Amino acid sequence: MNWLIEFFTDPANWSGSSGIPVRLLEHLEFSAAALLLSVLIAVPLGLWVGHTGKGALFVVVSANAARALPTLGLLVLIVLLMGVGTTLPVLIPLVALAVPPILVNTYEGIRGVEHDLRDAAYGMGLRGGQVLLRVLVPVALPLILLGVRVAAIQVVATATVAAYVGLGGLGRYIIDGLATKDFPSTIGGAVLVALLALAVQLMFTLLGRMVVSPGVRPAVRERLKAG
Amino acid sequence: MDEEPLIRWDWIGRNWPNIQSLLADHVVMAVLPVVFALLIALPLGLASVRWRWLYQPTVGVMNVVYSLPSLAVFIVLIPVTGLAERATVIVPLTFYALAVLIPAVVDGVASVPAHVRQSAVAMGFRPLRRLVSVELPIAVPVVLAGVRVATVSSISLVSVGALVGRGGLGYLFIDGWQRQFPTPIVVGIVLVVLLAVAADGLLVAAQRVLTPWSRARRAA
Repeated sequence: MNWLIEFFTDPANWSGSSGIPVRLLEHLEFSAAALLLSVLIAVPLGLWVGHTGKGALFVVVSANAARALPTLGLLVLIVLLMGVGTTLPVLIPLVALAVPPILVNTYEGIRGVEHDLRDAAYGMGLRGGQVLLRVLVPVALPLILLGVRVAAIQVVATATVAAYVGLGGLGRYIIDGLATKDFPSTIGGAVLVALLALAVQLMFTLLGRMVVSPGVRPAVRERLKAG
Repeated sequence: MDEEPLIRWDWIGRNWPNIQSLLADHVVMAVLPVVFALLIALPLGLASVRWRWLYQPTVGVMNVVYSLPSLAVFIVLIPVTGLAERATVIVPLTFYALAVLIPAVVDGVASVPAHVRQSAVAMGFRPLRRLVSVELPIAVPVVLAGVRVATVSSISLVSVGALVGRGGLGYLFIDGWQRQFPTPIVVGIVLVVLLAVAADGLLVAAQRVLTPWSRARRAA
């Protein structure tokens, strides 16, 4: 506890390029970029696979494989092969991690929509694309958001590990603290990252309340989470 | 660096004993959390089925725990369990596994059809025997699905422990990075993935053994 007080009351930790605000911003910048990229890849792909049924096997296999991949190893390997310098090498493993949960949940969400509902939409004269966007997506939204949330939390956590290969962000406190046996910094960094993860979780819960149609809310099946 | 191949096969041969001991350490640190979590999740899950009000708070707490980054939890535990100790990795992974297994146990028991439960009662099964010989066997597929997810994640998460000095095969990532030498990293990734695939295969086989009726039904 003393370590925490020492870390959070040290004025050096609140200003300058290694201050908490700057590190937090770096962390968010990275995580947001990786998450945005992943959403742009995974959501359209998941919608397409869920709607057409093509490539379903690929989706399931990729999700399982992603769960087995050790993040630290992937990160270290890609950065070692591509060099530090730019941010791209670090973004690749983050995106590789974030895509599968979003992809699977989007796919499962679309595929899990009741057939009666789909048939009714067609019966009302909607075309394929309209059925997807006006009926399937709103109904599947809770699951899609769950996938994005799981991905976001993983990205925030892994961006911490990325400090090991020279990335900024909150992980710096942990990695530098470990290297120099500065435990107040290490523990302080760990607490900050944990708080950030909880904030992300909370943000997605609130987002879900705002964007999910009240009509489908009871259908939220938390347990279906593929993360 | 240009001349360095992605993988040097002779390195593997020379370091094989070392790799083997890392692998063994990895297996212990990945499997024990799942075993502990299953032992805790079974009574806790059954209690949540019996007393429904327990379920929401338990799952809520577990969801919060699940969202905590593993590295952060490892670090916070160091003062308690010690640097480079197995427990520093095993304790957090047990909690992650619990977050997966408690809902799995609850869903598993909930998946027992009402008429099956009623038949068991009508045949004179007392609650404990009904649980052990009727409800739990039927719950096996759902529970094992959870065990598979927990095991595979556990195997991949152990390697993060290398950053706090105890990560089984994760040590190869640190080693390779510090020497800017890709071979150990590739070996580590391949072994972790192979381990995950092997563990998953074993669990699928276990499910076939534990639920012989599902095969009989398919054959019929």
